[in-house]
Amino acid sequence: MAPALRQIEIPYLRRRGWLSLLPALTVALFLLPVLAGVIGTLLPALGFLPGLGERTFSLRPLRELLAAPELPGAVIATLVSGLLATLLAFLSAVGLAASLQGTRLFVWLGRLTVPLLAMPHAALAIGFAFLIAPSGWLVRLAVDLLGGGAPPDLPVPGDRLGLTLAAGLWLKETPFLLLAVFAGMNQLPVARFLDIARSLGYGPATAWLKVILPILYGQLRLPIYAVLAFSLSVVDMALILGPTTPPTLATLLLGWFDDPSLAKLLPAAAGGMLQLFLAVAAILLWRLAELGFARAAGPWLAGGRRGHRGGAGRRWGAAAALLLLFLASASMLALGLWSLARRWPFPAPLPIVWGLGNWQGAGPDLARALTTSLLLASTATAIAVVLSLGCLENERRHGLHPSARALWLIYLPLLIPQISFMFGTTTLLAWLGLEASLPALIWSHLLFVLPYVFLMLADPYRALDERYRRTGLCLGAGESRVFFAVTLPMLLRPILLAAAVGFSVSIALYLPTLFAGAGRYITLATEAVAANAGADRRLAGVYGFLQAALPLAGFAIALLLPRLVFRHRRGLLMARGRP
Amino acid sequence: MDADGGYCLALETQESPMAWLGRFTALLLALFCVAPQAALADPAPTSWDQAVAQAKGETVYFNAWGGDPKINAFIAWAAGRLAADYGVTLHQVKLADTGEAVARVLAEKTAGRADGGSVDLIWINGANFAAMKRQGLLFGPFTPMLPNYRLVDAQGKPTTVVDFTVPVEGMEAPWGMAQIVFIYDTARVSDPPRSMAALLAWAEAHPGRFTYPAPPDFTGTTFLKQALYELSDDPARLAKPVDEVDFAAATAPLWAYLDKLNPLLWRHGEQFPASSEAMRQALDDGEIDIAFNFNPGEASSAIAQGLLPSTVRSYVFDRGSIANTHFLAIPFDANSKAGAMVVANFLMSAEAQAHKQDAAVWGDPTVLDVAALDPAGRKLFADLPQGIATLPPEKLGRTLPEPDPSWMTRLTDEWRRRYAK
Repeated sequence: MAPALRQIEIPYLRRRGWLSLLPALTVALFLLPVLAGVIGTLLPALGFLPGLGERTFSLRPLRELLAAPELPGAVIATLVSGLLATLLAFLSAVGLAASLQGTRLFVWLGRLTVPLLAMPHAALAIGFAFLIAPSGWLVRLAVDLLGGGAPPDLPVPGDRLGLTLAAGLWLKETPFLLLAVFAGMNQLPVARFLDIARSLGYGPATAWLKVILPILYGQLRLPIYAVLAFSLSVVDMALILGPTTPPTLATLLLGWFDDPSLAKLLPAAAGGMLQLFLAVAAILLWRLAELGFARAAGPWLAGGRRGHRGGAGRRWGAAAALLLLFLASASMLALGLWSLARRWPFPAPLPIVWGLGNWQGAGPDLARALTTSLLLASTATAIAVVLSLGCLENERRHGLHPSARALWLIYLPLLIPQISFMFGTTTLLAWLGLEASLPALIWSHLLFVLPYVFLMLADPYRALDERYRRTGLCLGAGESRVFFAVTLPMLLRPILLAAAVGFSVSIALYLPTLFAGAGRYITLATEAVAANAGADRRLAGVYGFLQAALPLAGFAIALLLPRLVFRHRRGLLMARGRP
Repeated sequence: MDADGGYCLALETQESPMAWLGRFTALLLALFCVAPQAALADPAPTSWDQAVAQAKGETVYFNAWGGDPKINAFIAWAAGRLAADYGVTLHQVKLADTGEAVARVLAEKTAGRADGGSVDLIWINGANFAAMKRQGLLFGPFTPMLPNYRLVDAQGKPTTVVDFTVPVEGMEAPWGMAQIVFIYDTARVSDPPRSMAALLAWAEAHPGRFTYPAPPDFTGTTFLKQALYELSDDPARLAKPVDEVDFAAATAPLWAYLDKLNPLLWRHGEQFPASSEAMRQALDDGEIDIAFNFNPGEASSAIAQGLLPSTVRSYVFDRGSIANTHFLAIPFDANSKAGAMVVANFLMSAEAQAHKQDAAVWGDPTVLDVAALDPAGRKLFADLPQGIATLPPEKLGRTLPEPDPSWMTRLTDEWRRRYAK
């Protein structure tokens, strides 16, 4: 009897065994180190850093931070650029969806969102900075057409309030929120809701704002908070577009962490905590605004005003969408031109001497940066896809329903400013003997790749019709055969898209690469920022262009591969796979 | 798993991809939990011969500011020579700021490391060196062991033994000279100002056409020091630690000057370029007319690279220019100390120094006493082409010594307090 019992129990335990460990593993892999990193930054913020001989807790680091002359200006620039960028990105995403839904442009925008989203921050910022500078491309073209002398003395990029930085962030974050809008709309019977609203006489934009937005907003909340936390603490874009005297808080802190006298490490750690506080405060402020807005909008929502037919709104929306597409593609084009320029002085509208020297000169370094970037991005993405699929499969097999709290956990690394935990994490890695190692670097990338991959995969995975799998089981296949023969092929498209997003996130990462790689590993992101700091636009063009091209190649593969694999299975191509 | 064979086998065939996945996860765990390398202890060499023998096969992580492609290319050239001659792999870790490497060595000390550190060699001088020396973060003295150190012109170039008033004491090896040199575009400016007073007058006549990098960028702080030397009634006190003098009185003329100059600068002095490279780009973009650099060969070399128009020329201020030396240092916990010593020695060789001074390569002046070299070494330097915008040594004028490193911090802090709010 006993052996028989064992035979029943053990397979059950085994099957449940390791798969159900995956969520715990996932959490351990990336939540615990983040929290440890926050604590590892909090301790020095309170005056505890044994390496410097600081072993007593005090508020001195905080006092030193508050006494820094740059601090007020840095906080103002941080808040203005971060809040403005988030507000503009949110209004643009919602405004575009409300005014353009149902038009051809909107369909196009939907297709272009993902490649737009894939533009790496550094590359976009470098291209954008050259586009709008007083001696930049737009002014060069204007001088060429209209004539003129010296470039105007305008504070762009790098204005004190961080308005240029806000514009760059708007360019980068609007596609992300648009993607969230598209993903949310895919889960709602949008057409039915709108038909009903329209048949009641509501204008198209009004119908969207009154019917779709209130339902959709819940799903936009976490992405918005992530945009807010990110915009308030971005480093690479701030280094390129942000103010210098004083810089934004995160940039100021990066300088302090690197200060030769080492005396600024403790106040820098305190600054990391201030950065965290700013992010939390901004999120709370946004939440309060949400509540206030929801209350104030009640009468408007229920008031029954039908709104206009939306012609003007559509024109504004179209203009905004075209501006976004123009700025993004012109920035990328500028990078490509610079990478092929030998000399392009002001006010020439195009390079006056061309050549391949920049690409050839960058040779070995370019190859090394490219290899590391590809290795990091593909490994981190592969691990993220495996972990995400494992977690989702585990959730499905055990009939678990993800709570809202679980979603918050996944978003956590995106909500905590990188500078607030990377210092502590680096100390932790050094303590483990893992600093400046490839595993540490892969892990630091996984931290940011995993949330995106999981979020991109979760909806299509959960939406897959359970009957396909049940059919497989009824035909005698085991759970894992069903997983590999039914689930994976049916989800190939969303899996590849999620992988492409994860890949693009990794290619764009700057600060985690800097900290975890201890500078030993160069990637396209670090080299693009370094080339920009070295004020060689030609070299920055090479790295930026390549950095932008890789994610696009990833998305091209994600879109074309299913067509190749399923060329005899048209049904699978049509299957619900869009995120 | 192996306990109940038959059942297991049946299950295994069915579960095999999953089992593979399981093993992959285990591998992953192993990857994350096990330190990849047990650091091999590299005993500190006690003689040059021992260093050369020990260095063979070592990898040297050279932490050097990486913002200039031509410097990176020079280091890549040195890496090729070192691999061929000594079997040493030189790997440049490109820093945006040398402080990053200092902070990393400190982080390793924090974590209790005494060996197997991630930094083997640092390109360093001034305040970074003073901080590392003070905190015991350096290995040495090691330069007395290096054969090529004997070629250094310690007499004629006193900054090779005293770094920003801090005695070097063999803890860092000199490898290049720096001096403030102004550059301007002759197509736009005919008679550039040659003193701080003349610069102010010029800026009044040409508002928005001059700027300087924001401190703590070292070119920016050097501009402050240069101005302080010219405006101060007693420059001798700059050699003392800043705490020993009346800082407010000593610097009052400087702030009075900057209060007048800053509003006349590029972008009304509300924004400053982040570095000398950004300032060079502003010159090329036509946003400013005069810039300056710490490398006397920079203008020629930038013209050769296509980064400045060929009409750019250099000049120096009449009353002298701040000059210093840059060095190579080895951290106390460096993993490849022997390899780092071999690299430092090679970079001080006549071959490397002459190659480095070539305007087409880097244009960085040598630390060696060229006249005392053997004929082959002298010929290497004699054969170097003179860049079109480089001043010959006799036209570089008088040099001014760097103040005590404590001045840099105080000047930077005070500048921040006044102008970076």
